[in-house]
Order: sequence, then C-alpha cells, then structure tokens
Amino acid sequence: MLNRKFIPLTITCCLFFLLFGIGSVQFEGFGSTQVFFNLFSDNAFLIIAAVGMTFVILSGGIDLSVGAVIALTGVVCSVLISRYQLHPLIVFPIVLIGGTIFGAIMGAIIHYYKMQPFIVTLAGMFFARGLASVISEESIPIEHEFYNQVSAFGFEVLGGAWIGSSTIICLVVLVIAIITAHYTRFGGRVYAIGGDANSAALMGIPLAQTTIRIYAISAFLASLAGIVYSFYTFSGYSLAAVGVELDAIAAVVIGGTLLTGGYGYMFGTLMGVLIMGVVQTYISFDGTLSSWWTKIVIGLLLFCFIALQQLLIKTTPR
Amino acid sequence: MSLSSNQHLRRYLWPCAGLLVLFIINAIISPEFFHIEFKDGRFYGSLIDVLNRAAPVALLAIGMALVIATAGVDLSVGSIMAIAGAVSAYFITKGVDSLALIIGAGLVAGLIAGIINGFLVGYMSIQPIVATLILMVAGRGIAQLINEGQIVTFDHPGFAFLGTGSFLGLPFPVVLVIITFAIVQLLTRRTALGLYIEAVGANPSASRYIGLNEKAIKMSVYCVAAVCAALAGMIAAADIRGSDANNAGLWLELDAILAVVIGGASLMGGRFSILLAIIGALIIQTLTVTIILSGIPPKYNLLIKATAIILVLLLQSPLFQKQLSQLKFWKNKKEMNNA
Amino acid sequence: MSQVVLQLQNIHKKFPGVHALKGVNFTLRAGEIHALLGENGAGKSTLIKVMTGVYQRDDGDILLNNQAIFPNNTGDAQALGISTVYQEVNLLPNLTVAQNIYLGREPRRFGLINWTKVNQDAAQLLKGYDLDIDVTQPLSSYSIAVQQLIAIARGVDMSAKVLILDEPTASLDADEVQTLFRIMRDLKARGIGIVFVTHFLDQVYAVTDRITILRSAQLVGEFETATLSRAELIGHMLGKELAALGEHKPQAHATSGDALLSVQAISRQATLSPTDIAVSKGEVVGLAGLLGSGRTELCRLIFGVDKKHSGNVTFHGQPVNFSSPRDAIIAGMGLCPEDRKHDGILGQLSIRENIILARQVKQGWWKFISRKEQEEIANNFVKELSVATSDIEKPIEQLSGGNQQKVILARWLAANPSLLILDEPTRGIDIGAHAEIIRLIRKLCDQGLALIVASSELEELVAFSNKVVVLRDRQKVTELTGDEINPQRIMQAIAAH
Repeated sequence: MLNRKFIPLTITCCLFFLLFGIGSVQFEGFGSTQVFFNLFSDNAFLIIAAVGMTFVILSGGIDLSVGAVIALTGVVCSVLISRYQLHPLIVFPIVLIGGTIFGAIMGAIIHYYKMQPFIVTLAGMFFARGLASVISEESIPIEHEFYNQVSAFGFEVLGGAWIGSSTIICLVVLVIAIITAHYTRFGGRVYAIGGDANSAALMGIPLAQTTIRIYAISAFLASLAGIVYSFYTFSGYSLAAVGVELDAIAAVVIGGTLLTGGYGYMFGTLMGVLIMGVVQTYISFDGTLSSWWTKIVIGLLLFCFIALQQLLIKTTPR
Repeated sequence: MSLSSNQHLRRYLWPCAGLLVLFIINAIISPEFFHIEFKDGRFYGSLIDVLNRAAPVALLAIGMALVIATAGVDLSVGSIMAIAGAVSAYFITKGVDSLALIIGAGLVAGLIAGIINGFLVGYMSIQPIVATLILMVAGRGIAQLINEGQIVTFDHPGFAFLGTGSFLGLPFPVVLVIITFAIVQLLTRRTALGLYIEAVGANPSASRYIGLNEKAIKMSVYCVAAVCAALAGMIAAADIRGSDANNAGLWLELDAILAVVIGGASLMGGRFSILLAIIGALIIQTLTVTIILSGIPPKYNLLIKATAIILVLLLQSPLFQKQLSQLKFWKNKKEMNNA
Repeated sequence: MSQVVLQLQNIHKKFPGVHALKGVNFTLRAGEIHALLGENGAGKSTLIKVMTGVYQRDDGDILLNNQAIFPNNTGDAQALGISTVYQEVNLLPNLTVAQNIYLGREPRRFGLINWTKVNQDAAQLLKGYDLDIDVTQPLSSYSIAVQQLIAIARGVDMSAKVLILDEPTASLDADEVQTLFRIMRDLKARGIGIVFVTHFLDQVYAVTDRITILRSAQLVGEFETATLSRAELIGHMLGKELAALGEHKPQAHATSGDALLSVQAISRQATLSPTDIAVSKGEVVGLAGLLGSGRTELCRLIFGVDKKHSGNVTFHGQPVNFSSPRDAIIAGMGLCPEDRKHDGILGQLSIRENIILARQVKQGWWKFISRKEQEEIANNFVKELSVATSDIEKPIEQLSGGNQQKVILARWLAANPSLLILDEPTRGIDIGAHAEIIRLIRKLCDQGLALIVASSELEELVAFSNKVVVLRDRQKVTELTGDEINPQRIMQAIAAH
C-alpha cells in the first residue's frame, strides 16, 4: 500500500504531469523541454525563497518577511554596486550575512519572547520594506559587467532549452536543502520541532538554537532569492517582490507540506512552484483566459490541499 | 474597589496616552493641526482628515478585534474589500440604480466570504492564519474576475456619497464607522455575545463546559469581520469612484491587526475592546500624519511603523516586562548604593 | 541488597500558592522495580519532574550513584542516565521509528546521517524487545503499546541507569501489559533501576519489588511489596484520618424511588462500560474509585460533554438526550470539572463574569443580565461562599485554588440547578477551604439540591454521601448505602479483584 505520508506529494506530482500533459496536447510548443526549463528559470527566485519557507513551515512556523527581504536585498545590492562601485562578489556576502542576521534576530524574538511567528515576521516585513524604501524609493538600475556575464552564462541542453545561471543556483540550493532536511541532524530537529515542540524538548532537542537557525536560513535564502531576482531585473526596487511570501507559502502547501509542521518534503515544494508555473504558462498560452485565473486556481489548490491535509490528520489511526 | 477601576483604566491608559502624545506633537509641529473650519456644510481640517483616512482601517479593526479575541486572525479582509468594491461596481455598471441593492450586494458578498472563513476555522478546525490565507490569495483573483481585469470606474452620486459625502458636517466614512461601532458595541455589550467571545478566547475548554458553542461563535466573528471589510471596501471604491481589484485594501489586513494589537489586545485571545481597536487605527493614521508634518520623508513611514509594532509587542511580553523591571531594580539599587 | 543508584533526600518544591513537595525522600536501587503511588495531586508527577530536570528542586539533594546531580532539563538528566517514558509517549509521531530512537545522536558518515545504519541499528535494538517491525514507518502507524516499548528502548539505549515509567500501562490491553512486564523484568535483570508510576494496583503487585507512597505532597512511607496488603496500601494512599470531619448525614428528602436523575447502562467505547446511577432530590451520591476508574468519565457522559454510545438518561421524569453541556445546563444540571485550571476557570475574566456565565447561558445570549444584576449576583455569592477577595472585578486567575473553586461553585449555583455534579471539588485546595466546601455540600443538599460528588478522599465521601457508587476499571462494581458507607467497605470494593 502507498505510504500515507506520500499521498499529498504523489497527488502534487501527478497534478503537475497532468497539467503539463493537457497543455502539451492542447497547444503546440507547450510540451517542449524549453517550456519545462523556463519554469525553472522564470521561478528560480521563488523556488529559493520557498525552500527557505519550507524549513520554517516544517518547524510549525511561518515567515511573512520573505518578499520584503528580497526587495531589501535588491536595493542594497544596487546601491552598493551602482553608487559605491563595489564588485558584486564583495556585495553578495555582505547582503547574505546581513539577511542571515536579520532572520536570526526574528528567530530569537520568536523563541525567547514566546511570540507568534506570524506577528514577528510581519513586523520584520514592515521593517525590511521600510528600510528598503528609506535607502531608496526609486528603482536603482544595476550596471556592472559581472551582471552581464552572469545573465549570459549558461548552456544549451536537449531540445534547445537554455539552462541559465539562475536555474543552476536554484537547483544547487534545492539539492543542498534536500540533503540538509533529510541527511543532517539539524534536518531531523526541524521535523521534530514541527511534530511536537514539547516532546522534542523532552527528547533533548535544543529549541532555541534550532528555531534561530531555521529563521536565519529562511532569511538567508530570501536574500539569495533577492540576488537572483536582481539578475532578472538588473535593478533594485523597494516595492519589488510584493506578495512573494504568499506565493512561497502556497507553493509549500501545494507541495504537500503540512502547515502545522512536521510533515513534508523539499522536493514537494519544487513541485508546488512548478505547478504554479504551469498554471501561469497554460494561461498565457491560452490567451483567452486572463491572468487573474492564476490567483483563483492557486486559491482553489490551496483549499483542496489544506482540506486533504485535514482529512489525513483526522483519519490517522492513533 | 480601586483595583477594578485601575485595571480597567490601565487598558485604556497607554493607547489613549499614545494618541494624545501624537496629537500634541502634531500640534507643536503644526499649529494648524487642531484648526477646524466649517465650510459648505462640513468640517475641514487636519484632524477631520485623520479621522476620514483612518475610517477603512477602523472598520476593519472593529471586526478584527472580535476575531483576535477568539485567538484567531483574519488575513483575508483586504481581499474582501476588493471583492465588495468590485461587486458594487459591477452592479452599478450593469445599470442598477437602487443604492440599497448595490450596497446590499456588496455586504452579501462579504458575508459569503465570512461564512467561508468561519466554516474553515470553526467547523473544519483549520488554523486561522491558514484558513484565511486561502481567501487572501484567491479573493483578489475573484475581484479581478468580476472586474474583468480592468479598473472599473462608475458614476453614481448616491454610491459615491459613501466615500465623499458628509453628514452632520462629518465625512460620511467617519459616520459609517460610528454607526458600525454602535451596532457592534450594542451586539457585543448589550447582549452576552461579547462575554461569550471573550470566554471562548480565554479558555476554549472551559467554555465547552459552560455550554458555549465555540464553532458558532467563531463563525459569527468571521462573518462580522467580513461584513465590516465589505463596508470598508465599498467606502474605498466610492472614494475613488472606481473599483481597483489590485490595490483596493492591499495590506490593510496588516494595518487592522496592528491597530488591534496597538489597542492592547493579546493575539492569544480573550479580552477585547472595539473602542481601543479604533483608537489603534487612529494612532496608525496620526503617526503617518506626524511623520509628514515633522518633515521626516514619508519613506520612513514603514520603518517607524515596524519599530512601533515591535515595541508594542515587546511591552506585552511577560518576559520583557520582567527584564524591564529587573533593569529598574538594578538602577534603583545603584542609586541607593550611591546615596 | 543491591546498591542504591538514585537517592532523593528531603526534596522541597514550591509553586506560587502550592507547596507541592514537602521534604520527600525516595530511594531507588539498581535492579529493582519500584512503584511510586499516590492519588492525583499527591506529588508524584512533581517528584518525577524534579528527578528528570523538568523542575528544579527548591531544597534537598539528588544523588545519582552517590554523586549530587543538578539536572537543568531533560537533556541533562538523560545524559546523566535518567530516562523517562510518559503515558502519552513523548516521542514524535511524525518521524519514523528509527528516527525517534536515534534523534539527536544519529550515526553519521562524512557528516551526513547514515540512514542504512540508523535503520539497521534500530531494527537490531528493537529485536531485543521482541519487536520485529518496520522501523522506517512513522511512529504514528504503531499502537501506543509499541510506541511505549520504542520509547523504553530509546531510553535504555541512551545508557540509562534509571528508567522512569510514568503511567505506561494506562492505555494498554492485558497482553500488551504482559509484554511490557516481561521487558521490565529483563531490564531489571540487567541492573537498571526502574521507577514505575501507575494507578493499577494489580500491576503493582504483579511486577514491583518495593513501593513508595505519597499523599498530600508528603511521603507516607516506603514498603516491601510482598509484605504490604492491598487494604493497607489503599489506606496509605487515601488516608484514614476519618472522624475529623464528623458524621452528619443529610437526610434524603425523597427515597420513594422517584429519582430526579436516573441513568441506565450509559457507556462510551474505551471510556466507560455500561453503568447505572440514580439520584433523588436532596441526595448526595458519592463516586468512589481510583484515578482512571471511570469517575470523571461518568460525570462527563451524564453532562453531555462527551457523546454517550449507549444508555438512557431520565431527568425530572423526562427522557433526555444531551448533545452538549448547554442542553444539560438548560435542563437544570451543573458540572464542576476536575481540572479546574484547564476546564474550569476563565483566567483572564473577572470573578463576576466567571460567576454569571452559566446563568447567562441558561437564559440565552439575547437576555443579557444587566451589569447591576451581575454585580448583585456576584457579590451575594462572594459573601455567601466567603470568597476571599476585595473586589469582584479581579481576574479569577489571581485567586488561590480554594477561592477559585468557590467561584466555580458559585457559577453553577447561580444557574439554579436541580442537580450539581462535582468532580473532585476539594482537589489541590488548602484545608480551610476544603472544610468550607464540605460544609457547603451538606447545606446545599439540605436545601433540596441533588448532588453527585466524585472524590478520591474516602473520609470526605463517608462524611456526606447518602449513597456511594464504587467504580473500578471503567465500570461500576458496587453501590453502598446506609451503614455500608464506611472507609473499610469502600476500600475493599476498590481493592477487590
């Protein structure tokens, strides 16, 4: 019998191939490797951010600051590169470390002051967006040879599909995340806290350290997503990536991760983003459907998966 | 008897003091702040402006206060605003002239959204953040669907009155807030509903033993929140004489939560005060004005708001209070030693 | 005699308003199974939490192999060799069996967890416990009994010298209990000291070597299992200081057989076997039985908190079928639950609000009791029950346990019930309040109110009951009336097997 815990993930995978299949049959050029790999390159930043969100949700938390951190990262990068003429390779470590510290502080507040993650990261979201707009309200273009090189980098694969630098980065992040989640002690602790924080503490799991690390990782990946985002836009803008946290949460849930924590897979999150990408691609191929259907479909998918989760919890033999 | 009045007063003390301080700062920076003029049958002035602009968030905060009292949260109110605006715009552009019908349609749209939220939270026991996230995401899509992706503009003087009219010299949105406040206050404080809501928020298990129907109570608060949101959405649409599904009520759910928290409510549920939530909304709006008046560029707005939230949250945290009092203790000790 | 492995001397632990342990001693030897007994609130769980580092002692010493230890958390205690397995199995249902066993100490290769080894080791380890299961399945796919054995295996594998089993058998069937006992004897043979907390006396006699009994936060004594009779044991647990409360039997007003409440064969799967009970006007029916005997469960079923699976209830001569406590309240019942903090008080709300709520529910939400009337009701009850407070607007959580209990009683009295069910009304409250509540029960009964009172304090039951229903193992075993109501008879009924 199929293991119960794989049910949501299996449904997600089937759904993806079903949608992709329908699109391929219906539209010429849909079922190509190019369209498939474009799903990665178009959504690379979202995949990276959603991977971070997966760690948070697996531990039973939530991080609403992701979109704001992406925007802040873009703004800081563009200011340091364009105004202060720093090399991107010097700037990137700075923003990544800054982002990580930002997440760690949120994690510490959540743990030590026993506050709900959603309100703390909400404040974090305001803070990051606020800081970004204080630095610059205008969109700042990034002009640097390195950016041109990065965006030109890549190689062609079977069927003429192009694998660019952002696809490579997001796949590397995904692989590291899968290894971290499933092959390290830290990964085990994340699942443990999400399963039952009390029991986890009784079993000797260091709650403080783990919680702080989880939010630090999420913010680190959000910063990385911000860097990747800037590769698309060649600019930094304080109002960029509005609502990305919602897309990330939706992807995680559609990917089969339980919102109450403890169950789920990194790979599922990838599938969640890809499903959202396929829906978008389908709508743009169709031409008659309008873009707002994306939101409605994602909302419906969210509802179905949450209802499915609830059903699985209720029927779990105990 | 001093204790009771003290405790009661203390809840009102900080938010009121906060608002007062902001008012005073504003008055110092800009002596015009309290200047109110009566012209063409209505009042004008910065203060009236603050009230008028705070109206949508204040309406949301009224509903949100009830939801938070049951230890829940409603993230979908911004999207419900967009839906209600779109629905009323749809009816107007389809040639419906009856104001009651237009407003009724908007309110019913809100009520349906509230029933969905209430069902998910109350009857399916889905965490509130998650349950309302669904409508937060899908709701804006639905609004765009109704508008067919356009910003639908309309010309209906009766409906526009909701946003720009005035009554007894006050901007009509402010009047609507006062009416809504009065109705909800009556419903919660002149019947036992308010007490029931607080009981469910304070201890759901004990409430069960007293015979309270937690599910129905949760359903009703999400419905009230959604109807308030629908009203706010129609005000916003009437104000610009159009329905903009993308931007109507965008992020206002966060301001509403913030208003309730600034009003001193705990996110863990229990005691609520609608008046304090409205004061919270006023504080947020006044703060924005203060920032503008004091010459700080408006781009600092969010940063200051974020700092304010973090401070308010920390002040509510028992651990932080303890750390603070220890700090005081050490300081006092030092002074004593010095003396 | 074998060597002492764990010794607790003169342990004190205080919580705000409660002195939970008053100088308790406890000695555990290597290779023995030692029962720790006591009724709810006796201090067992506090003592265990002190041993395992969940709480820090206020005074006294803990010696592990003659070395003083100061565990600050369960991790510390585990590292020192003290492992605990709880009734509700504090493992993680979402992780696999193998993950649960090795959580935090997984064998690694090149810095990554070696899952092959984790799973092999886990399977190997569990074979030692006669468990041949798929360790890669989530823990939640196995029964509580298996989960418990897994928890024990984990604890022992972490080099345990002391293994604490906190009510491990509460949800096991007979076969599972036998398996558990076999494992316990194995571990005993390996020289591990086992602390066994249970409320099943049969099991105490089946498996333990010695017994330590706590009562009211104090040590009653340490006994050899072989030489302590069942009746003596129960006597020690429940206390025998009788006479203190005096005998004053309220006269039942209607003994004509016209029962106010009559319950036939009420039952709920895995909770209570079919049970009958009848109460007349002005009568006090006591429910006796140890923890887990079905006392609380019976109260909850009558009041409609849980849904009954079978049985008929007649109230005021009418057949009733309560689908929620609200129905029961409207019909004229009240229930003071056992767990005051969790199910009773509404902590943030004021004394006034806590008192009027049940009455308000009975009237319906639209018939709001005016503020003035509320104050009147609250002030009256505060005075009548002498609740020690200056102000009815104080949040109830600021009162002491005894005063909270009086407020909860007031809540139900304010609703004018004809039947009041009190589940452990005197638990965890100081002696003064205790006596007052007993007096109140008598007075109410004299006023014609019918009461069902569940209690683990025998002298209390003897002092006010017209009839005592004894429950054991989730079913009614006997009903005592008249002169039969004395501590010895009740004790015998509880102990018989």
